Amino acid sequence: MTARVGTTGLVFEEPPIWERSRPGRTGFSLPRRDVPEAALPPGLEGEAPDLPELTEADVVRHFTRLSQWNVSVDTTTYPLGSCTMKYNPRLHEAVVALEGLRAAHPLLPPALAQGPLRILWEAERFLAEITGMDAVSLQPAAGAQGELTGILVIRAFLARRGERRTKILVPDTAHGTNPASAALCGLRPVPVASGPDGVLEPAAVEAVMDEGVAGIMVTNPNTLGLFEENLKEVAEIVHAKGGLVYCDGANLNALMGVVRMGDLGVDAMHLNLHKTFSAPHGGGGPGSGPLCVRAPFEPFLPVPRIVERPDGSLDLDHGRPLSVGRVHAFYGNFGVIVRAWAYIRSMGAEGLRRASELAVLNANYVKERLKDVLHLPYDRPCLHECVFTDRNQTPRKVTALDMAKRLIDYGYHPPTIYFPLVVRGALMIEPTETESKADLDGLIEALRAIAAEAEAEPQVLHDAPVRAKRRRLDEAAAARSPCLTG
Amino acid sequence: MRYLPHTEAEIAEMLRVVGAERLEDLFAAVPAGCRLDRPLALPEPLSEPELLRHAAGLAGPAPAHRVFLGAGAYDHHVPAAIPPLFSRAEFLTAYTPYQPEVSQGTLQAIYEYQTLVSRLLGMEISNASVYDGASALAEALLLAIRVTRRHRVALSRAVHPAYRQVVRTYLEPGGYEIVELPWAADGRTDLSGLDAEEDLAAVAVQSPNFFGCIEDLEAACGATRARGGLAVVTFTEALAYGLLRSPGACGADLACGEGQSLGLPLSFGGPYLGIFTARQRFLRQMPGRLVGRTDDRDGRPGFVITLATREQHIRREKATSNICSNQNLCALTAAAYLALLGKTGIRELARLNRDKAEYLKAGLVRAGAEVPLAAPTFHEFVVHLPPGAPERLRDRGFVPGLPLGPLFPELEGAHLVCVTETKSREDLDAFLEEVGP
Repeated sequence: MTARVGTTGLVFEEPPIWERSRPGRTGFSLPRRDVPEAALPPGLEGEAPDLPELTEADVVRHFTRLSQWNVSVDTTTYPLGSCTMKYNPRLHEAVVALEGLRAAHPLLPPALAQGPLRILWEAERFLAEITGMDAVSLQPAAGAQGELTGILVIRAFLARRGERRTKILVPDTAHGTNPASAALCGLRPVPVASGPDGVLEPAAVEAVMDEGVAGIMVTNPNTLGLFEENLKEVAEIVHAKGGLVYCDGANLNALMGVVRMGDLGVDAMHLNLHKTFSAPHGGGGPGSGPLCVRAPFEPFLPVPRIVERPDGSLDLDHGRPLSVGRVHAFYGNFGVIVRAWAYIRSMGAEGLRRASELAVLNANYVKERLKDVLHLPYDRPCLHECVFTDRNQTPRKVTALDMAKRLIDYGYHPPTIYFPLVVRGALMIEPTETESKADLDGLIEALRAIAAEAEAEPQVLHDAPVRAKRRRLDEAAAARSPCLTG
Repeated sequence: MRYLPHTEAEIAEMLRVVGAERLEDLFAAVPAGCRLDRPLALPEPLSEPELLRHAAGLAGPAPAHRVFLGAGAYDHHVPAAIPPLFSRAEFLTAYTPYQPEVSQGTLQAIYEYQTLVSRLLGMEISNASVYDGASALAEALLLAIRVTRRHRVALSRAVHPAYRQVVRTYLEPGGYEIVELPWAADGRTDLSGLDAEEDLAAVAVQSPNFFGCIEDLEAACGATRARGGLAVVTFTEALAYGLLRSPGACGADLACGEGQSLGLPLSFGGPYLGIFTARQRFLRQMPGRLVGRTDDRDGRPGFVITLATREQHIRREKATSNICSNQNLCALTAAAYLALLGKTGIRELARLNRDKAEYLKAGLVRAGAEVPLAAPTFHEFVVHLPPGAPERLRDRGFVPGLPLGPLFPELEGAHLVCVTETKSREDLDAFLEEVGP
């Protein structure tokens, strides 16, 4: 098999949608007008918005052509580190389309919404079991909102204890959302450097932990793909000074059924259902970032809470005086939660554990088979992802970006690059468990071929990609004179 | 398991490459005391047909009730062309378009979304969307606080109660003060209290407001800007701007609200679409992703995520917001929906929604119901149904709107009733028949 699975086909150019517009067209089937017109009081009516006029076929062809310019999990291996681009089962799309879920109004009297409420209730229970926590709020619409909610809960818990702490510890391997979420909660992030092994050292935490620190935000496994093996000890240090431990669960795909953060002293954590639990990413969302907490934090979770009445029926409880309030107008991204619920019901305990084992096997396999050509800054067993750098290619003036762009020509989505920030020129590969050995061998051969090209003809890499819809785009010009609308 | 591709032989071979004997050995870095020593307690796995049957049983059949609920989630017809377009794998299963050369489809579609919602709301720029209408409003007020360096905002009490709760949750940690503006007897926001206010970062009103009333946006925006604050218009029903004067035309600085009506199913409250539009001058203070037009190396037009230095993955704690994921697929859906409707379609659809609501409202008044708020409404209104009518309606398979007492004690006994194009005249007449003579 050739290393190059990508090939060129017929790719259509397609202008912005309004260029197809012709006056008088419509693509919408209006219901029959069966009521009289009612005059609108003067002064309220506006100009009709300047929307393009198109037939249904125009719109369908337009967006179909656009879709063909995307690479996706369904088209090829998408080893984007920290993003868990696993296969998204089609069954879940059929489940969310069930009329009783799709058409359910969020404000239906609970008696008429027992089905949707039951799914939410079960999803909460499943996620609590998987994380080893006691209570779950499904309201956060994405990971960053889950973090925000988690830190708000921690803040409210401390305030209830009469404490106002102003700092939070954030390891240097953290996702950017961690310090940003903390800042939104009025906490000043204090960076903690990871040790030479790429993991947190208790001494480093001890050195900055004091009574002004609300807690620590830890990603486990961290963004180097390494297990934070000192987490229990770190948690003890933080707890001893009255702080709390928050875990960013974005990388849970490594540990389902193997480790539960609740058993390691973590007080609160969020999950990314669009990563670990197979909901599709949709080109950037919608996601879902449930917040899981230990029992003492439950009273602070967002309202409403789903509660089971003595007769077994489910209801919504708004009367939670200690709650941080709401973060969503309703109950979160229900459709995404349904997909995660379906995934857990399909996989079961054994399937989830197997998924994590194979995700870790795949990452280690890629690491072992590439470490002779790509520089591996932390040469030790990894979990779900491995981080290389462009150091071996630097003498030929080839960067991580060049290698990423060249991988496109070979028919693969690039890995995450230049993250985590603690590694210079990072290439972060997360294969996920749904890629077969043959898929991985293809990716590995492509990266090896690219490493060889970097030696022999680096210009090929500087010029890449040449086989995509577009060549490299001028991002500097886009930022210099922004054009956001047509 | 059909999603896991590895054969036993492949596992053995891969383990050999990585130097491990068994799969468990891969977790050698995890101290023994950290490992779970039992299987997770989860229900037995279900096969595809079993799961479908189980889920269908839970979901139940399509609601047999005739539901007249709105209040931030609206039952509009979703054109048949839309679901197949956005269940296309290339849109559905791609990640955030960080690699523009292989994401031009998503990027151009977001650019089109930004353009079409800006046109709908009469605004100059839009981001690629935020989580929902409530967080869009909260982010708008945080933007106003950053720009004006003032720490107080005014929020109409006629803004959706859940939105006000989300605003409180987002603003509380910064110690920002929220002044609530009451509503007047006609159901619109009473702006007279603004006369005594000098240091407001923003004034936020919703139109149509929670009671369905169309606000005097021009007055609200004018009064706000005269005091150096930002005029923020929020909305739960974007479709209303197919008919009404746009926030931009009324002088809004920021127009941020919910786009669920634009082609998204009710789906028990989400995923929906947080629309965030603004005047050009707030570009660099916008939260979330922005897509801009540029050229590639060969001079061909293309699209990229731009001005990312505002965002959390670059700026970390100094970012304009912590938001990362947007509601991308929902935004693309809205773009296609607006394109299907077009300029004339959206006007006719919006008008039809209002006319149907007016038909029911007039019929209810004739039947002895009282409409306590006199301001003009779009497709929702507050009504005191005659005694006995709500119970009768419920017994006959109607959900006759949202009871307002728990949210607004002063409207105890009243319902918020919504009518969209999905209700036929027959539905409306049946409702009226239950109410009375």
